[in-house]
This record gives sequence, C-alpha cells and structure tokens, in this order.
Amino acid sequence: MSKWVLKGLQTGIKTTSYPDREETAPGISPGLPGGRKEAGNGVHVVISRCPTRALSQAGQRIAVDYRRCIHCFRCLRGVQSAADWNSGYEWAASMAANDDAASKLGKAFGRSLHIRFVDGGACGACLSEIEQINKPFYNIHRLGFFITPTPREADILLVAGPVTDHMRLPIQKAYAAMPTPKRVLAIGTCALSGGIFGPSFASEAGVPELISVDIGVPGCPPPPLAIIHGLLLAVGRKTSASLTFPESTGGRKNS
Amino acid sequence: MERPLNDTVKLKNLYEEIALRWLDQVRVSLVPQKGLCRMECEASVLVEICSWFFSELGYNFASLVVEEEPSQWHLRYIFYGDLENRPIHILYQMPKTEVRVPSISHFVHAADWHEREAEDLFGLVFEEHPRLGDFVLHEEWPEGVNPMRADFDSLKPYVHREVNPDWRPARIVQAPGVFMMPIGPIYSDFAEAAHFLLETVGEDVIRIIPRFFYKYRGVEKIAEGRTVDQVLLLAERFSGTSAFAHSLAFCQAVEEISGVEVPPRAKALRLILAELERLRHHAGAIAGICASTALAVATSQASIVEEEFLRISCALTGHRYLFGLNTPGGVLMDFSNEALRKLADAVQGLFKKLEELKEMLRFSSSFLDRLEEVGTVSPEGAVSYGLVGPVARASGITRDLRRVLPYSGYEKMEIITPCEQEGDGYARLRILFSEAEQSANIIRQVASSLASGPILSPSFTVPLGAALGWAEAPRGAAFHWVRTGEDGRVDRYRVTPPSFTNWHGFHLAAEDFAFQDFPIIMATFGLSNAESDR
Repeated sequence: MSKWVLKGLQTGIKTTSYPDREETAPGISPGLPGGRKEAGNGVHVVISRCPTRALSQAGQRIAVDYRRCIHCFRCLRGVQSAADWNSGYEWAASMAANDDAASKLGKAFGRSLHIRFVDGGACGACLSEIEQINKPFYNIHRLGFFITPTPREADILLVAGPVTDHMRLPIQKAYAAMPTPKRVLAIGTCALSGGIFGPSFASEAGVPELISVDIGVPGCPPPPLAIIHGLLLAVGRKTSASLTFPESTGGRKNS
Repeated sequence: MERPLNDTVKLKNLYEEIALRWLDQVRVSLVPQKGLCRMECEASVLVEICSWFFSELGYNFASLVVEEEPSQWHLRYIFYGDLENRPIHILYQMPKTEVRVPSISHFVHAADWHEREAEDLFGLVFEEHPRLGDFVLHEEWPEGVNPMRADFDSLKPYVHREVNPDWRPARIVQAPGVFMMPIGPIYSDFAEAAHFLLETVGEDVIRIIPRFFYKYRGVEKIAEGRTVDQVLLLAERFSGTSAFAHSLAFCQAVEEISGVEVPPRAKALRLILAELERLRHHAGAIAGICASTALAVATSQASIVEEEFLRISCALTGHRYLFGLNTPGGVLMDFSNEALRKLADAVQGLFKKLEELKEMLRFSSSFLDRLEEVGTVSPEGAVSYGLVGPVARASGITRDLRRVLPYSGYEKMEIITPCEQEGDGYARLRILFSEAEQSANIIRQVASSLASGPILSPSFTVPLGAALGWAEAPRGAAFHWVRTGEDGRVDRYRVTPPSFTNWHGFHLAAEDFAFQDFPIIMATFGLSNAESDR
C-alpha cells in the first residue's frame, strides 16, 4: 500500500486557499449576469431573451434576480449589446426577512459545522458541485465543516432541486429531525425559485415554499466556492452578497 | 454476418421479409431518403412483430412513445439494431375509447418499465402485464388521474390522497428470518433521492426492490406547449451531468423536423464537447467507484482529474457542465483552432493521469477483491433488459449509437467500442477507462482536422412534424422524440435516458450479495436518478 502513500505525497497540495485568499484559477466559476448599469439601446431585446424572467427593466437599466438565473447565456451570446457579465463566486446571500445576523449560527459552530444534504429533485450538476466541496480542490474539512449521514446530527441542511412532489415529505421529516439551532441553505436556482421546472403539478417553486430558508446560493449550478461561501456565511465568517442586481440593502430578502 | 450493400437495400430486404411473413396484416412504408421504415400493424400481430425484431433479429428496444390524439391513441415502438442505419418504428393505433393494449414485455422485457410508465401516466392498461400500478406516481397520487393525458392541467397542484400509515411495500421473499431493510430516499453522504428495499436475512441480501421517481419533475408534461427554445433548456437541465448529450439529441430531433443541415464546423465542435463531457463523467464515475471501496488516495486522484476537466470545460466554454452551447442548427460559441488544440493537449495530459491511476489500481489486490465477481450481469441478462452504455459493454454488448446510428460526424470516425465479457464491477471499471482513452483520441483527431466555416445554420422556423433524435450519452443511449405543433411549440416530448434503461436492469446485479457490496454495485453502475426520473 506504500505506493498509494507515495502517490498522495507526490501530488502535493491541490486545495484552494479560499477563504484566506481569493481563488483565481481559471474555470472555477461560470459567472453571473451583472445586468447593465448604463442606459443603452437594446435593453428590451436583452430582457426579452431571458427565459426565466430573471432580467427586468429598472428605469434605463437592467435589473437581475439571481434566484431565477439559469446560466443559459442568452443575454450574453448571440445578442448585440449584451448584458455585463460578472466573474466571481461569492454569491451566497442571507434570506432572513429582517436581520441577517439572526440567520447566522453562533460562534460555537464556526469551526465545527455538520452538514446534511437532501436532494429535492436536483439535476445532478448541483449535486456534483456539492460533492466537489468534499474533494481535494476544495476540501471543507480544513474549515471545520463535515458531512453527516443523518439529519439528527446536522446543523445545516443543504437542499438542491425545485422540491419534487415525492420529496416534500422526506424533506419535512429531515428538517424536523434536526436539533436546534438549525439552518437551511437552498443550493441553486431550482431550490430558490423552482427554476425551469416549478411550480407545476410535480414540483414546488423551490425550497422556501416548504421550509424557511436562511441562506440562498444562486447559480445553475453554483460552483463549489459559492457553496463554501454560503457555509461560511452561515457561521458568520463571511458577509452576505445580494440575490438581486443592483444590490438590495444589506442582503435582505428582496420580494 | 454479411453486410448488405447499402441502407436502401437493407431496408428493402426488411420490407420483403415482413411482407412475406405478415402479408396484409402490416402496412410498411419506406422513406429511403430518410432511411425510415414505418410499420403499421394490428393488435393481433403487434406482439409477434416486436418479439421478432427483439429476439430473432437481435434489435434493441429504444422507446415506447404514446401519443394522444382527439380520437385515437398512437403507440410507437421504436427499435434499433446493428444492421440498419436508422431506427425502426412500429406503429399501433386504437380508438380513444379503448385503453387496453397488448403487452409486449413478456417477450421484449426491455419494454417492461416503458409499459409501467405509460400505465401510470396515461392510464393505458397493458394486458397481462404482471406489475402494473404505482410506479412513477407513488401511493398518495389519486387513482385514475393521469398527468400525461391532454386534459390534465400541468400547472395546477393536485390534491393528495391520504395514505394509510400502516402501508408497507409488498415483500416478495417469504422465508424464516427474512426482513426488509429500507435505504433512502435520504441516505449516504451525497446520494440522489432514491429508495431501495433490501430483502435480507442480516448480512446477505437476497434481492432488492428499488423505488424510484422521487425526482419526477414531469419534464415530458411541462414541455408540452412550450417553444422549442424553452424545451431545449429542459433537455439540457433535467440531467445536468449529461447536459450536452441530451441537448444534442434534442437539437438533432428538431433539425430533422426542420430539414436543417448543420454546418461541418458545428458538427465537429459538438463532437469535441460531447467527448469532453464523457471524459469528465467517466473521471467522476471512476472516483465514485474508488470511493465506494474506501480507497482514499485513488478517490482523490480521480477527483482531481474530474475537477480539472470541469475547469478546462469552463475556461473554454464559460460553463463547467457545458450548458448553453447547443442550439437547433449548430452551436452558439466558436473557439479558435489554437484553443481547441490546447484543449486536446490538456485532455491528453489528464487522460495520462487516469492511465497512471488505472495501472496502480490494477495491482491493488485489496481494491480488486471488492470489485471482481461483484454485481455480475450476464450477457443474456443484459440483452433481455436491453441494457446500454458502459454497463452493457461490460457484459459483452458492443452496441454504441456512435457506431450503429452515427450522427454529427461520427460516421467519419472509426469508433472502436471497448467490450468486456465478465459483467462484474471490475469489467465496468475497465470499460470506463477504455472509453476515456477512446474519447481523448477522438478529441485529438477532430481538433487536428477542423473544418472552417460557420457554426450555425441560417435561422429557420420549425414546421409541424415529428422526429427522433439520439445521442450516445456518457451513461449510454439516449432517445428524444419530439413532435412540434403550431408556432414551433412542442406538442409531445418523450425522453428515454440511459439511466432509465439501466436502472431497470440494476436488480440483476443486486441479487444474493453481501450488504457491504451494495455501495460498490451502485457505484459501478454509475447511474443517475435525475436522468432516469425526469
């Protein structure tokens, strides 16, 4: 077995130094539309190309609701005067109605956070990105975050997918089985708004329809660093982004 | 086997053979230009014809498409084989007042889940089918409400039925000491929502009853009435880990309906991206197999390769899972030849890492002990369940859509489909490695001889029509049936993903096994519930 030990040592450290330093490797994030701050021609054309109504007009500018963006790139590709595009990955935002401090877990959880993932009908891409946080490039163990197989030991529930009809009861049961204090992270556009699937006879319009969501991580799928940002936000080690553009005040729920 | 001269001759041979056997009972129509063979038949010979194709000619069952017209039911049984270059469509019609259909799954077992699905979603009764009932829709769904029917409103939530709290799934094994152990729908660290009932005497599991469709999002229903562009988003996103293959199959169906010719450069780019997706998927699947045996370093090594594939995908196309690239008529992004050559080099480098891993795994006896002779699927089982993709290739079936129904330029490539005979977990792992090698070679070949020119056909409107599109997705054969109506809207969308086909045969591998082998059998099958449940 020594060859495996050797192989591991030869490979060296691959893990990102985020959150201490910004991660700049190419290909870590698909980015998000940044709307357009300046008034310009073709605003209507860009907005009308959005299949999920994530884009809307705010005066002469384009406003973006990230809870709806599905990374179809139709506001960027094949259109003149495309929307601005923002790189980056710190997208997680507090969804608490009044004070975002209330949605954070206490300091005791800062380096000991147990996470349970529940699949509410996710397409597999969100799931694959969530799996990545436990793999060498992202490795959440170094942050004191752990995946647990049972909701009875979990502080945080990660839910991906629009919440299919058959998964409503299992999600409610998993949430009820968690000890307090507990928090819910909705991962991905489907979990935040139903995406292109819900609401319909078979899916809800996202997790907030079912249980109270504390933090939302937009993206289709959100890259691993955005998910890690959400976890850091839950324990107060990072600050909230906004789910809308232009930014709403202090990461508060924008309804 | 002697290869006939060309497609038309092949079709004519088939035509004559059918005319001889079922004179006057089957109306055969040939469209040689499209290579299409349609057969309309009566109830009395439906089962006979289907089993002739499946058992005697060795065709595989692709899909059952049920279509509801105001006065009639149209059932379309699609088969594909090694001899023709096009699938065979067998059509059966009956008046709307009738709901009883002869069941073909006694002879064509691959159609079993298709019939159960149609019973649940359309309310058609397949005569003498032994296991009709709650399948896609679980117990709380009211009986007699069939969501795929035209009069069902897909936007309204339905009223749930009270389920008796004492309800238990039926046990099949009746023996002293046997009990049923449920796993799921929430289990393991990152598992998808699925439920397995293990009938066990403790350590030894006798058989397994899977309960799926926890992730049923009604994709086929909610697609109805949406425009082609909107349905493309569904095709791409119902299974995010094989998004490119499914969007390709959908686009090809729309292109067939519209008679649009895709520019050569777009075809080549599609080929590169499809193989890139396959490589990334296989690296992830290999990581999953290593993880299931708790071989930590190997898991990390494969995971590193997977993430590197995700990163080069994103750096090139802007999206880690290749979303937003395919469109009917071509692709939306062009890349410089230089960038593609760099991609091919990067892919080659990552493939070398996989090769090294393969060599190390080959000599890790503790790892091989967990995989060899575990979860074995016999070649007969694989044929009878119509299995596809890497799972089938590990059990001696070489059929590969890139070769038997070539599309998007694969007809010009020499595809050597890897094949293993053992049908066990290790055979499936070896297939993943061999396919990765094949994909890396294809990317290198295509990237070195790229056609220049446009990447998108001139814009077109989608006429009324229907067509089947297909692609060899990372997990196997995917078929998308699309019927378009007024204003380029989709009237009927039917997806047969490879995970649906292969989950049907999963229980073949999960019989009489030790409990600790369960995650290994799961990982070597490498299936997706998102893809299967739709």
